[in-house]
Amino acid sequence: MATTLQPQTGAKPATSLTNEEILRYSRHLIMPEVGMEGQLKLKNAKVLLIGTGGLGAPLGLYLAAAGIGRLGLVDFDVVDFTNLQRQVTFGTSDVGKFKSEAARERLSNLNPNIQIDAFETKLTSDNALELFKDFDIIVDGTDNFPTRYLVNDACILLGKPNVYGSIFRFEGQATVFGMPGGPCYRCLYPEPPPPGLVPSCAEGGVLGVLPGIVGSIQAMETIKLILGAGDGLVGRLLLFDALGMKFRELKLRKNPSCPMCGEHRTINKLIDYYEFCGVRGEEAPGPDVQVPEITPRELKSRLDRGDDLFILDVREPHEFQICNLTGHLIPLGELPRRVHELDSSQEIVAHCRSGKRSAEAVDFLRKAGFRKILNLKGGILAWSDEVDPTVPKY
Amino acid sequence: MSVKVMIPTPLRVYAGKRDSAEVSAATVGEALSDLTSQFAELRKHLYTEDGKLRAFVNVYLNDEDIRYLAKENTPTKDGDTISIIPSIAGGSFGMPIDF
Repeated sequence: MATTLQPQTGAKPATSLTNEEILRYSRHLIMPEVGMEGQLKLKNAKVLLIGTGGLGAPLGLYLAAAGIGRLGLVDFDVVDFTNLQRQVTFGTSDVGKFKSEAARERLSNLNPNIQIDAFETKLTSDNALELFKDFDIIVDGTDNFPTRYLVNDACILLGKPNVYGSIFRFEGQATVFGMPGGPCYRCLYPEPPPPGLVPSCAEGGVLGVLPGIVGSIQAMETIKLILGAGDGLVGRLLLFDALGMKFRELKLRKNPSCPMCGEHRTINKLIDYYEFCGVRGEEAPGPDVQVPEITPRELKSRLDRGDDLFILDVREPHEFQICNLTGHLIPLGELPRRVHELDSSQEIVAHCRSGKRSAEAVDFLRKAGFRKILNLKGGILAWSDEVDPTVPKY
Repeated sequence: MSVKVMIPTPLRVYAGKRDSAEVSAATVGEALSDLTSQFAELRKHLYTEDGKLRAFVNVYLNDEDIRYLAKENTPTKDGDTISIIPSIAGGSFGMPIDF
């Protein structure tokens, strides 16, 4: 069951391991760098994972297996089929379940000796400090800028380490923020990118193994922090390029004038991070442009009636290979220089995966003088839902 | 001075899908200027409209952040590597598929 946000009552630290635990952790215990003392540190440690997705999967599995005494799992999301390609905590039978609860079940089976608390909640400025205060280390495995800044600021306000990892397609970053004297996320990036400059859907995606590698690095850093062993990533930004299979590192300096962790802190409480990141509301922003639309059902009946409609697909070629509506393919980015392929006297229906990119295409073409052009509302996803379920969704 | 500029994945689409470019420059600013003249689309991703480097794009000369050197006036020498490191947020999803 999900645990409510109760402050943990001061349990006494463990001073011994059971025989079962000694056997389970024997490969740790026979290493002098861990030993009985280190294993007890792990058993007495409390680690909170923000996100149980791609990065959270190896984090949860390795930290539970290593015997971290208390693991908190914060996620409000539900497992879906597109998660299984990389979120290896979950099995096919978990689709539809809350991620935090599905992960709790899996990790409890992996290690029944540890306490695992599932928090089926979205991390917000209202609950972050309360959630974080019972844990020693916070591990950031989230997927968006507002939550990244929220995790950072809450960690700095409470003086807790923030084990950071982030991925994009074939590239990963990892470091440890929030250590005494060390930098924080705002030292590295004082401001988030404006939403319009974030690479769009066509450039998205991630190779499934990548979060496995970066999340494992975060798990390693977490365990080293607890053991007090080795050289941590404090003050170092580790960059991983999976295609080139290269690791590089850059120096991360504490910014003396950082508004969060600098000498003169100007941010003394958690703020509205969606506003800070230029994103209003909890959902991703809808299409920015209002353009004439056609619903999938209307399109279907007009095609059945034999209307002469030109279907323009503005996705990328690799998406066209997944599924298509036998439209003419011109990726959104190529539209300006390939506009001559279109006949403005013909009625055109533009579509993409979800309707967002094609709205931009319709807007662009209207400005270029096209008058008979419509956007397929909801894109291929809606077409699959409302007209033809044999068209796969992705 | 021949300097290599490493282009991060999210910006490669604006740089002819290249992962790096060789430029000729005596300072970091000149190197970025040469780069954006080769790839004009990169410019708005690196600079604000009034010509300042964007706050979410960090630039490193070798392993040092140029904010702690002489910023864009930091001199370069033959064989130096400049890295452009934008903030990336992906974790659970990589990137939100339709942001």
